[in-house]
Amino acid sequence: MTAVREAPAGTATGPQPAARRRLADREGALAWLFLMPSVVYIVVLVGVPFVLAVGFALSDVTAGDPSYDFVGLRNFRRVFDDPVFWRSLGNTFIFTGISMVLIVVLGKVLANILIADFKGKWIVRFLVLLPWTTPVTLSSIAWLWMLDSIFSPIDWILRQMGLLGRPGDLLGAGSNMYWLGEPGLAMASVITVHVWRLTPLAAVIMMAGLMAIPRDLDEAARVDGAGYWRRMFEVTVPLVLPVAAVAALFGTIFTFTDMAVVDVLTNGGPNNATQVLTSWAFFRGIDGGDVGQGAAIALFLFPVLLAAAIAILRAVRRMEVG
Amino acid sequence: MASSQPTPSPPMKAVVEVKGLVKEFDGGAGRRGRGRGGVRAIDGVDLATEEGEYLVLLGPSGCGKTTLLRTIAGLEQPTAGDVLINGNVVTGLPPRARKVAMVFQSYALYPHKTVLANIVFPLRAAGMARPERERKAHWAAELLGIEHLLGRKPRALSGGERQRVALARALVREPHVFLLDEPLSNLDAKLRSSARDELKRFQQEVGTTTIYVTHDQVEAMGLGDRIAVLSNGKVRQVGKPIEVYDDPADTFVATFIGSPPMNLVPREDQLVGFRPEHLLPDAVLAGMADREKIPLAVDRIEYLSGDRHVYGTVTGIGKPTRVVARLPATVDTPISAGETYDFAVARSRLRFFSAETGLRI
Repeated sequence: MTAVREAPAGTATGPQPAARRRLADREGALAWLFLMPSVVYIVVLVGVPFVLAVGFALSDVTAGDPSYDFVGLRNFRRVFDDPVFWRSLGNTFIFTGISMVLIVVLGKVLANILIADFKGKWIVRFLVLLPWTTPVTLSSIAWLWMLDSIFSPIDWILRQMGLLGRPGDLLGAGSNMYWLGEPGLAMASVITVHVWRLTPLAAVIMMAGLMAIPRDLDEAARVDGAGYWRRMFEVTVPLVLPVAAVAALFGTIFTFTDMAVVDVLTNGGPNNATQVLTSWAFFRGIDGGDVGQGAAIALFLFPVLLAAAIAILRAVRRMEVG
Repeated sequence: MASSQPTPSPPMKAVVEVKGLVKEFDGGAGRRGRGRGGVRAIDGVDLATEEGEYLVLLGPSGCGKTTLLRTIAGLEQPTAGDVLINGNVVTGLPPRARKVAMVFQSYALYPHKTVLANIVFPLRAAGMARPERERKAHWAAELLGIEHLLGRKPRALSGGERQRVALARALVREPHVFLLDEPLSNLDAKLRSSARDELKRFQQEVGTTTIYVTHDQVEAMGLGDRIAVLSNGKVRQVGKPIEVYDDPADTFVATFIGSPPMNLVPREDQLVGFRPEHLLPDAVLAGMADREKIPLAVDRIEYLSGDRHVYGTVTGIGKPTRVVARLPATVDTPISAGETYDFAVARSRLRFFSAETGLRI
């Protein structure tokens, strides 16, 4: 009996029940089985919408008239003639660029706090991670109240500090800053909220990078006579760079594709000063009903995201090799 | 090219001293804390090097030797006591102010810098001008035979090459003291013995005071001018290799050093100690009048590179105890397991320890 069991499958004794290959042994079939959910996910929720977007961008589909007529590049020509599109495109890059730099720098600083060893570190870690765990819309609404044109607590604090509200004060004699009403301030506000929201993610990614640096290296640099800044810029930063690149690219993608913050805070205003590609596409395609033009605008996200994705994959591969 | 240039000034022959040094780790919180609840990694250590000496700190893992080295380097702050370099108290000073150089067990080379950039790093930190830096780096690289590697990254080096780069980086600063933390433990056995030899010659050449941490008694015996044996955060004995081996201060030193370790036979309130190589067949010691005859009931024999290790039970000099005798290849007395033979030890080779404290009597 045992001798038969031990015989390999397919010998002259014929396949025995115990010797038959189970599903768990068939790696080829298993590979398909395990990959299928992600393949379905990508096809249904990424591939199909992308093809649809390209299709709509070349059509005259509107909310009122959903019948499909191919119109070639007419939507793109209209988009290019629209100054708001160019402004949105520029704003998108400004937002993303400034946010990314701030996110990476502040993320590194926060990561240092996250790995530091001190009493009550758990509460600091909790607070640091809170912005990332709060739903975007919820936190954006909270910020909307903070930046309210009349009741802003920030303005109140500035007034109490004597920086605002009286003639000759540093920030002007008006009683309020109108954070979301002035073009420059509105842009700064949107960037601030983005940075506030995404910095924790960058901090956690960088923390992983910092933890991976052997402590010996920092100690060797200390014995070698290097001070804090030299150790930071010559040892820590170069070693954490690949990870920082990943954090930066994630920040880029999240800022680039986000419209919740803009939509809740300014809705693109004042006078399109904070309009970005996503919000403009949404405004045109959904609010305005011109699905074709909305899709054409949204397609401009694609090349940037493609480049970011390639850059992330490269950075990850370099980390694996190193 | 560099050989025609003058070597830098003669090394400082510094004296490193620690006085009443105590280091406690509070359990858990300290990242390097070993175990929980206040752990005394160093428990009242007084130790001083001599000028230009090669002092080896030897002990089992967890005995506090690395912590002691790190405290001297300034990477750990002592709970109590002082570190002195050349008579100056440096306890409160950061590592960079102490003029020490350290070679880590992992070598801790900066992986993103080339070998040259690694070696000049301490010089750049010291604000030295570029030509001078390069000259010194080439001098150190030549001394260690790694000039052809200067353009490479540490990743592309073998273990032995990395060790030399780490040494070169330590050397260029012309430190008062070298601190070496198990620098050979990452090398394979064959490379280790040649690297040990090089390390010794290198230190003799530069003449800088060196403190070397190891758990390997062979390295300690081979390299050290003196050996400090540590256990549980305390120094058990400091002495020349031969003193530590022949005249161990207590049973810990007696059994930690030597392979196989010293035999200890309980007799009343004492332990009688003798090295395996001194337990020989009586016939071999026949010419020696002052010897202690010991019957040995042999139960096993091992042949190890010419030597015979004879395991058995001794009776007569104390309680029956299992011991080892190491017979050199020159002793060809036939011995077989299961028989009892007359062995002997020269009385001058016997060491006596207190059974209670383990200290030498």
